[in-house]
Amino acid sequence: MLIKRRDFLKAGSLATASLFVPQFLKAVEGKNTLAPNGKVLVVLQMSGGNDGLNTVIPVRNDIYYRERKRIAVPRETSLALGDEAGLHPVLTAMKNAYDQGEMAVLNSVGYPNPDRSHFRSMDIWHSASAASEYWQTGWIGRYLDAQCAGRPSAAIEIDDTLSFALKGEQRKGLALQDPKRLYESAHSQYFADYSAAHQHIEAEAPVAYLYKTMAETLSSADYLYEQSRRKPISSAYPATGLGKQLKTIASLILADTDTSVYYVSLGSFDTHINQEGQQKRLFQEMNDALAAFIKDMKTNSKWNDVLLATFSEFGRRVSQNASGGTDHGTANNMIFLGGALREKGLLNPLPDLSDLDDGDLKYKIDFRQVYATLLHGWLDADAEKVLGQKFDLLQFI
Amino acid sequence: MEKKMQKLKHLLWRMGFGPRTQSWDKWIALPENAWWPKMKDDSAIEPEYFDIADSAIKGLLMGIGEIGRMERRELDQAEKKRIREQSRDDLRNLNLLWLEEMTRTQAQLREKMALFWHGHFASRNINILYQQQLLHIIRQNALGNFRDLLRGVSKSAAMIAFLNNQQNKKQHPNENFAREVMELFTMGRGHYTEHDVKEAARAFTGWNFKLNGDFVFRTFDHDKDEKTVLGKTGKFDGDDIIDILLEKRETAYFIARKAYKFFVNDTLIPEERIKWLGDRFYESDYKILRLLEDIVRSDWFYAPENMGNHIKSPVEYWIGIRRVLPMELEDPQVQLKLQRALDQILFFPPNVAGWPGGKAWIDSSSLMLRLRIPQLIVDKGDLDVETKDDDDQQMGMKNANQRRLLGADVDWQPVLKQFSRLKENNIIPALAEYLWQTDAKVPLNVLEQYTDRHDRASYIKTAMIRLMATPEYQLC
Repeated sequence: MLIKRRDFLKAGSLATASLFVPQFLKAVEGKNTLAPNGKVLVVLQMSGGNDGLNTVIPVRNDIYYRERKRIAVPRETSLALGDEAGLHPVLTAMKNAYDQGEMAVLNSVGYPNPDRSHFRSMDIWHSASAASEYWQTGWIGRYLDAQCAGRPSAAIEIDDTLSFALKGEQRKGLALQDPKRLYESAHSQYFADYSAAHQHIEAEAPVAYLYKTMAETLSSADYLYEQSRRKPISSAYPATGLGKQLKTIASLILADTDTSVYYVSLGSFDTHINQEGQQKRLFQEMNDALAAFIKDMKTNSKWNDVLLATFSEFGRRVSQNASGGTDHGTANNMIFLGGALREKGLLNPLPDLSDLDDGDLKYKIDFRQVYATLLHGWLDADAEKVLGQKFDLLQFI
Repeated sequence: MEKKMQKLKHLLWRMGFGPRTQSWDKWIALPENAWWPKMKDDSAIEPEYFDIADSAIKGLLMGIGEIGRMERRELDQAEKKRIREQSRDDLRNLNLLWLEEMTRTQAQLREKMALFWHGHFASRNINILYQQQLLHIIRQNALGNFRDLLRGVSKSAAMIAFLNNQQNKKQHPNENFAREVMELFTMGRGHYTEHDVKEAARAFTGWNFKLNGDFVFRTFDHDKDEKTVLGKTGKFDGDDIIDILLEKRETAYFIARKAYKFFVNDTLIPEERIKWLGDRFYESDYKILRLLEDIVRSDWFYAPENMGNHIKSPVEYWIGIRRVLPMELEDPQVQLKLQRALDQILFFPPNVAGWPGGKAWIDSSSLMLRLRIPQLIVDKGDLDVETKDDDDQQMGMKNANQRRLLGADVDWQPVLKQFSRLKENNIIPALAEYLWQTDAKVPLNVLEQYTDRHDRASYIKTAMIRLMATPEYQLC
């Protein structure tokens, strides 16, 4: 009796997207819009609190080896980043990027009064608020609010649900696993027809925001799917979660969509117990996916337009714990990859392990300075407007 | 839309989780002035205590607590791990049990208000015993006196632990608790200074709890010296601070504003109404039911600009569906995944400020999922959404064994009974009138194309599902 999915469309049979976009949307779009500048930011969230000290290893530091008898990475097996630092042995793609001058490491990034709870610290990183405040929008979402009207696919998260970072007051990023899947799940002819019947809805109506979201989703699903079909990706990516996600990102970049920010997560790096195996497995997934992505971008001459930034909600404590793992810490490093970095390699000194705050690293760079730099230096956005205050910019972009 | 019907639904949606189809006839037969008294009556009974905690956990936590001398014994690693794992399971069951209560209970007003306080007194704590105790304090006092509620919550193990007051000791005060009590529970920002926070924190030193969750005042940790808080000076303890905060009218305004946004309108907030509500709330010495009554009996509660403009939270949305469309879920556990996919998990608020609400609920993926859910229920479909991990809950483990079959046996009889007697061309408008709370015009031509018209029952069923798969249905 019930209508099954018979009304779900065969790919490509949908009328043009603009048909179901309410008219009020067409009228207001264009204000507060910054045309995309062709630059792409990829944010890689390492969820769970990645152990930065076993990522970029202080290979000449006795304190490090003393405090981590079981889990320290020996200098000999690490991949040298100059004389003082080494990368985790699995991260060969980063090492290659380093050798090519396409990688930068920013050490000791954090914020005052660090919080050691995953969700609270992640909340702070996503909203870009001070630790003492609770904001209800994310930093990328506010970038969309400020400068991306009329560009519903300006920020895309490769996932089924949307992270807080991409939620603005009026505008939100788009979450999708891949364009085809979004297209298939969003697109029933019923939704399209239903949406089309509401073109004349008033902008002030309470329901207008819902129609706007619906119309933008349907039209983005169309647009992204059509674009990505035009240039199917030919290079090989690992069949892992992140491999597939970076492949999707690559396909959208190569299809010249108007997306400025991509967001993707990997985890869990919450390595309280037997850290070595878990971190190594995740690094392997990350490394292989990054290797394929970087190669793809280079082959297609896009690497100079791409900047990939990693972050985690916190680093981990300097000392290992009794279970061969590490517990929640504070400041951490961020890694940047891209063909157009202005400064490369280690951007600032490795963390000072002799000057700790109750066993934790002290932050030297506020993460909001990094956001400001990415917004201003890479996306040509008004960082002060998005972050609510002025931060000193860094010079690496 | 018929005015009386819209008003009744407005009341049932705002002060509860929407109309329940089985009892709709009874409600609509009542005269308008009997609705609110009935709502209050229905919620007057004492809530049942949701006692979920596994007896082994209680054995560990309460047993140790009861043997006085053993009280301070540290649990060993294995015991801690066991408690964590069992707690997580039990917490899921507490979540599901509460959803059942919201769906089925007559005490709609109480449970709705409890949901409001659950967001207001946001606390993340995976200890099931402490969480069930806190939930009970909230449900018991949801419609009672805010003074008792605030005191009860502030002295609960869940809140003390969440806001780190065990670490708040005379020698090294921890300000977290004092700050949040002022910022989030009572006055809100802008009405106190950093100095007030510091001094109040000293007053709360020594507030602690036993393993079994009982409040304990550890006088040894308490700072007995003089403090100055909000212009008052004395040898205050935590109870004194709570009294001082309640003496401030800002507290009444803060709660009144939050309630107005939650129950009336979250964007259009006339200041004179907040002042009026707040003053009366204050003068009633914080009677919560009185505040709600002032809202419901005001001449603006049913004003057109306050109806049909509220974006349902995921819990409101989901419970509303279950009430309007009676069903037996094949696997109730799928509701955990559903909460996660729609971004509101009971007992896991996003931060201490609770859920933001309003437009924050709606993004492309959450909206498209909401539009698909009604069909998924009747199709017994797969909730094919990958949800994000939560490291605080999972401690680095991946989401395992998530249930994803969103199937239910829908009991269509009450719905069919209500709508079968109508003429065919009145069915869709009548369904829309029942399901929607906006005055939006129904695009009949579109709906008729997407309904199964080969018999009346199929027509009603498909039309109902279609009308729920709309932007209009997201509002109440």
